[in-house]
Amino acid sequence: MKIMVAIKRVIDYAVKIRVKPDKTGVVTQNVKMSMNPFCEIALEEALRIRESGLASEVVAVTMGPSQCLDTLRTGLAMGADRGIHVESTSALHPLHVAKILRNLVENEKPSLIILGKQAIDDDCNQTGQMVAGLLNWPQGTFASKVVLDKEKEEVTVDREVDDGIETVQLNLPAVITTDLRLNQPRYATLPNIMKAKSKPIKKFTPQELNVEIKPDLEIVEVTEPPKRKAGVMVSSVDELIHKLKNEAKVI
Amino acid sequence: MLKLRSVFSKSKSNNLFHLRSLTKSSTSQSSPPAYDFSRYSQNAFSFSKHSSLPAPASISRVPPSRSFATDSEARDSIEYDVVVVGAGPAGLSAAIRLKQLCHQKGADLSVCVVEKGAEVGAHIISGNVFEPRALDELLPQWKQEEAPINTPVSSDKFWFLTKNRAISLPSPFHNKGNYVISLSQLVRWLGTKAEELGVEIYPGFAASEILYDANNKVIGIGTNDMGIAKDGSKKENFQRGVEVKGRITLLAEGCRGSLSEKIMGKYNLREKGGAQHQTYALGIKEVWEIDEKKHQPGEVVHTLGWPLDHKTYGGSFLYHMKDNQISIGLVVALNYQNPFINPYEEFQKFKHHPAIRPYLEGGTVIQYGARTLNEGGFQSIPYPVFPGGAIIGCSAGFLNVPKIKGTHTAMKSGMLAAEVTFGVLNEVLDMDMYWNALRNSWIWDELYKARNYRPAFEYGLIPGLALSGLEHYLLRGKHPFTLKHGKADHEATNAAQLHSPIQYPKADGVLSFDVPTSLHRSNTNHEHDQPPHLRLRDPKIPETVNLPVYAAPESRYCPARVYEYVADEHNQLKLHINAQNCLHCKACDIKDPKQNIEWTVPEGGGGPGYSVM
Repeated sequence: MKIMVAIKRVIDYAVKIRVKPDKTGVVTQNVKMSMNPFCEIALEEALRIRESGLASEVVAVTMGPSQCLDTLRTGLAMGADRGIHVESTSALHPLHVAKILRNLVENEKPSLIILGKQAIDDDCNQTGQMVAGLLNWPQGTFASKVVLDKEKEEVTVDREVDDGIETVQLNLPAVITTDLRLNQPRYATLPNIMKAKSKPIKKFTPQELNVEIKPDLEIVEVTEPPKRKAGVMVSSVDELIHKLKNEAKVI
Repeated sequence: MLKLRSVFSKSKSNNLFHLRSLTKSSTSQSSPPAYDFSRYSQNAFSFSKHSSLPAPASISRVPPSRSFATDSEARDSIEYDVVVVGAGPAGLSAAIRLKQLCHQKGADLSVCVVEKGAEVGAHIISGNVFEPRALDELLPQWKQEEAPINTPVSSDKFWFLTKNRAISLPSPFHNKGNYVISLSQLVRWLGTKAEELGVEIYPGFAASEILYDANNKVIGIGTNDMGIAKDGSKKENFQRGVEVKGRITLLAEGCRGSLSEKIMGKYNLREKGGAQHQTYALGIKEVWEIDEKKHQPGEVVHTLGWPLDHKTYGGSFLYHMKDNQISIGLVVALNYQNPFINPYEEFQKFKHHPAIRPYLEGGTVIQYGARTLNEGGFQSIPYPVFPGGAIIGCSAGFLNVPKIKGTHTAMKSGMLAAEVTFGVLNEVLDMDMYWNALRNSWIWDELYKARNYRPAFEYGLIPGLALSGLEHYLLRGKHPFTLKHGKADHEATNAAQLHSPIQYPKADGVLSFDVPTSLHRSNTNHEHDQPPHLRLRDPKIPETVNLPVYAAPESRYCPARVYEYVADEHNQLKLHINAQNCLHCKACDIKDPKQNIEWTVPEGGGGPGYSVM
């Protein structure tokens, strides 16, 4: 059984980001990039399934410019068997990514696709769901526990939802997106990093996969959130009501 | 019995807690074909919490070293010809030089550089007005190869500051031909050059111990175990460190390198070299993006005087880089006497000076950071060779204090060490030849000429300036005497009762900022659930000595607010170590009055994330 894991190269979570002066986006030049934390969790889960003997191969997929190869190599260092790099210099939105993944699936035929629930740069939380929709596969999103039954070809996923935990049982092939508490990703060891250098990476372009990257979203403006205003101490309930009525205009 | 297929086969014994081979640690259970991940939830490997798993020998105590003490399991071992600790200017220059020699002479040596920062350049911070002398020798085509060196120095200003005025003085610096750069960017470029030549660089791996053979010869380093919890137990993602062995080991950890200090102590390298103790300064720096109307690429400003008093050596710098960015910082010598001095607050105060603030008004801070630097110069150079390797760069200490430049000498020291190492590995030289190579090089000549500037300031600011003038215009190092350094930095601190607390102005959020805001701009992070890497040799000393006698200087000189005294439930002030904030500057290791704080290296990949510093 093959598992495909989608990983994304994003600005490292510890970096203090700045908005570009022209407000078209966030400064990415000279900024540290890393694998999206949720993608790390997704890859970790796939590796554990393979180590339990229920899968034979973990394929890591990444999309973007050539620098994404660093992230892919980290994935290989963690333990993925092969890598796929879909090279594109234009911005890829969730629908593009989902379409590319769908077309990759036709070649690779995995039984499970695991993704992070969202990327920390755009917080879209769409790709996994769109892939499932395009493939017409069942989905278990926000997974906090994954139990695979290979013989029955089912996977039971505990999902973190607003009112608690929801357990769903999905027939394979399925799409799973991972949430924070699913596992703690392993460190890539030095010997594994060295081994990763010789693991195969296959390159594609979106055109080769029959996906047209047509921007369907235009980012109009990116601004910093407004600075938090200092609080005001009020001296009486009447003053509070007055302010709520006349200044904040909420009553 | 839950059996897991071991994907990674090692030649050494089973790793009991290794994630992949879990045969020993799993419990017996009726084995369904389904794979139950719940066994491997957070608690699976913190044995102290999970009751159903058998507890191994000793888990509850905090291990004295970073390698889990009960492990008799061997670590993986990787062998190279040369191991370099630290991917900074010295380390990378050494690695590049080695590979160049290999290509030239048709030899093949494997060179590995381990770096504790998450990326090459993440822990690099410096002024920096760069003298390309060593780079011209190492990579003469640097301009064509697009090194990030493109802002030549255009002006050199030197001001003496009083509270309200800036008095222009003739500049003692000769920066024509030098460049204003970001050293972090240059080091990143050096890293790519090194990799192109075949050097293997591994960022995110902290060398935490030296490996010795039976004859006490250094045979390499061991990296940190990763995934140990605060209480010392192993976490789910525990990963044993590895042994990186080298026929020669070069330590290039920068100023006050943790392994270098150990080696210098063990082999008595200071005495062997006839050297005095090292003296240090703490540099605190910000990079700002300023109003382009105020920006002059290549403008270099240095100041002396305010806000520092006559007894405290130090000064500021303000360098204009490209893209409307400037580097601004304050350097405070760590042999200051008043325990109430807070170098970070002095820097914040400095930015409000009427000659300085106009540059900053309308600008934004991009990054913040701090690092100690060597001020001992010639008098403090230790014997840099030990059995099995050598110390290069600022770990030994080649910074030219009056020039305030150490990058070119660090690089040259790395190159010289590489040349000798190449000879050693081809069995034609002895590593001790490195000492000779240094003494015959321009490093020695330069540092010798510069040797008396800093020690003269032991007599005060005015005598220091007077002697500097004399040196600079007349003597130029040509005198028979060599001034000595005063007390070691940690011994220079007076008792708090001899001074009064300093009231620093509150941060205005526009020019000056509080520590948490600044820290956020350093992109510092550490895995929080790990044993604190700042060790107290005697845990009682902070409350029995530092606090009552010296008014807790560590809570003032640390530029990251790692050390805080917080009242406990009995209203007693207790030291709280916020190790996660650490900028790896080493000020505490240097300045703690009883030398009670030991800086050890945390899990690799943690620490600041400098990119334009």
